[in-house]
Amino acid sequence: MISFSGRKLSQSIILSLFLSFTVGAPAIAQSTEQKGFEISARSDRSDRGFSDSRVKLKMILRNAAGAESARTLEISTLEIPDENIGDKGLLIFSSPADIDGTALLSHVKILKPDDQWLYLPALKRTKRISSVNKSGPFVGSEFSFEDITGQELNKYTYEYLREEPCGELVCDVIKRLPRYEYSGYTQQIAWIDRKVYQTRKIEFYDRKGDLLKTLSFEDYRLYQKKFWRAQKMFMNNHQNGKSTDLIYSEYTFGVGLSEKDFVKGVLRRIR
Amino acid sequence: MRRASLLILCLILVFVATAQAEERPGVLHQIDLSGFIAGELQVFPEGPQFDDQLDHYQPSLIFEPEFSYDSQSRRHQFNFIPFARLDGQDDERTHFDIREAYWRYVGTEWELLVGLNRVFFGVAESRHLVNIINQIDQVEDIDEEDFLGQPMINIATQRDWGRVDLYLMSGFRKRTFPGPEGRLRTVLPVDEDSAEFESDLDEGQPDVLTRYSHFIGDWDIGIYHFYGTGREPVLLPVADGTEFKPRYEVINQAGVDLQLTREATLYKFEGIIREGQGRTFGALVAGVEHTFFQIYESEADLGILAEYLFDDRDDDAPVTFLDNDLFLGTRLSLNDIQDTSALLGIVTDLENSSTTLRLEAARRIGDRWKIEFESQWFFNIDDTDPLTNFKEDSFFTLRLSRFL
Repeated sequence: MISFSGRKLSQSIILSLFLSFTVGAPAIAQSTEQKGFEISARSDRSDRGFSDSRVKLKMILRNAAGAESARTLEISTLEIPDENIGDKGLLIFSSPADIDGTALLSHVKILKPDDQWLYLPALKRTKRISSVNKSGPFVGSEFSFEDITGQELNKYTYEYLREEPCGELVCDVIKRLPRYEYSGYTQQIAWIDRKVYQTRKIEFYDRKGDLLKTLSFEDYRLYQKKFWRAQKMFMNNHQNGKSTDLIYSEYTFGVGLSEKDFVKGVLRRIR
Repeated sequence: MRRASLLILCLILVFVATAQAEERPGVLHQIDLSGFIAGELQVFPEGPQFDDQLDHYQPSLIFEPEFSYDSQSRRHQFNFIPFARLDGQDDERTHFDIREAYWRYVGTEWELLVGLNRVFFGVAESRHLVNIINQIDQVEDIDEEDFLGQPMINIATQRDWGRVDLYLMSGFRKRTFPGPEGRLRTVLPVDEDSAEFESDLDEGQPDVLTRYSHFIGDWDIGIYHFYGTGREPVLLPVADGTEFKPRYEVINQAGVDLQLTREATLYKFEGIIREGQGRTFGALVAGVEHTFFQIYESEADLGILAEYLFDDRDDDAPVTFLDNDLFLGTRLSLNDIQDTSALLGIVTDLENSSTTLRLEAARRIGDRWKIEFESQWFFNIDDTDPLTNFKEDSFFTLRLSRFL
């Protein structure tokens, strides 16, 4: 994995050097884009190479008045090494009780709608669903489908903005412009720390260009001495006053999952 | 049937014990309890059409707990779902069933399931045409979405080129029908116990279904062949003309379901060819579903559906009202914390204009409760249309469920 990302990195450095020698003046604009990409790529790639993982997630949905509602689910992920193809994910809900056993299988695509199947246990029915709209709320939360599946490097173009302190760390601040045609965002601003290269905060700007939500990542832990994972994420919607907390637990890497565990046929055996 | 269920239950307990022993000893995984208990009131605003039928109100209680157990490796799965309805009006609607009671083994390329299970095939909304494994629990609802547990052995293999399922079944389940007091029944009540079978083996006739399914890009495809006793009975009047008796025939049926998913539009097709009930016939459902996401800058999604239904069966086959019909529908999902949703559908016969409208709405309350509203109305029903049996039976149902 390290050699893989190293090779990619050196290729892009050579490419940017080449561009700066040949095109002259636009090289400054090019280099902020390149720098933004490289920092994001380093962050993204530092977490990759895990091949597969499984984790339990508790979502706490809070309305503007502070009333809470919870969802619990298990997420299995199959990493696809090719960065131009998205990962595969299987989400299985265990609460609220009426959606116990409901499952969502996603084959994430970078610039196209994902392939998605929903399994409804009450009817024993597997439905291929439209996923063109990724900006809708995920199970009534402040996370959109795009937020859940959107952390793929090539889903954005990047622009380096500045460096600034973020808590006890120093962060690079990077603007991310969604490349997906139907994205719900005009831009995102991401804070990535310089110590372990993890995302600490993301601001989301809606289609009108206004600040919509802020996502903060907390309690990063290192797994297998390689993979950093935040145990807690807090999404605050500034426009409607609602918020959603994600609490991860029981991370397992190297479960032994394969492509066959991420085909629609497996949905029928969930419950 | 009862003896078979007991036997399966015993087998499952033995398997649970075996799987336990196989896994890390001493680590007893917990058996997971879910499912629900519900209270329901069905109301028929109009008086009955036939003698003995109930007047207006039909209250009932429903129990459907679910016990499931996965071994630590998740290779062994056990599921047990008993079901009971206690009906305040119709003794035939008071019934007990085992919806599921199976052991499943999940290998790397092979899967094996032994026991009672429910299996659903199909993509369309207005009619579940290709769905064939399970008998319909008709006393539950006329929407053909409630099924009796079917004893089976299911062997499946998943390969790069798709999935193949083989279902070996026996222990035929007879369709349930409302008693004389029940609404939404035929002009004469059906006596389930007097059922006749074409097969000399009666309920013991083996059924075999082979299905291939896969997805390629935007396409999802399923294709199968079924041989065995068809789940749909022909209803024949008994000698004294006071009741119908169901007759179940041996059929061959090929079925195909297709869906093309293009951005916000789903294109759906289901088709069957059936041999063994009158002249060999074909039937199809074809349609589209389009979703408008986040309408009026809200979080709500609105879907519109249109499906055409055609069925070429003759008078020797079981009756269907969906012979040449158009379905139009709309689905609203608020995408709120309570998962509020509603579905409205209208089916119109293109020849005699008989029309039925159905509305379903549901919303969660708190974490463990759910309220559902269902209503179906019959308009402009032609005397020659099979729906004429239901023409005074427009209803609405309110159901409150507590999840376990």
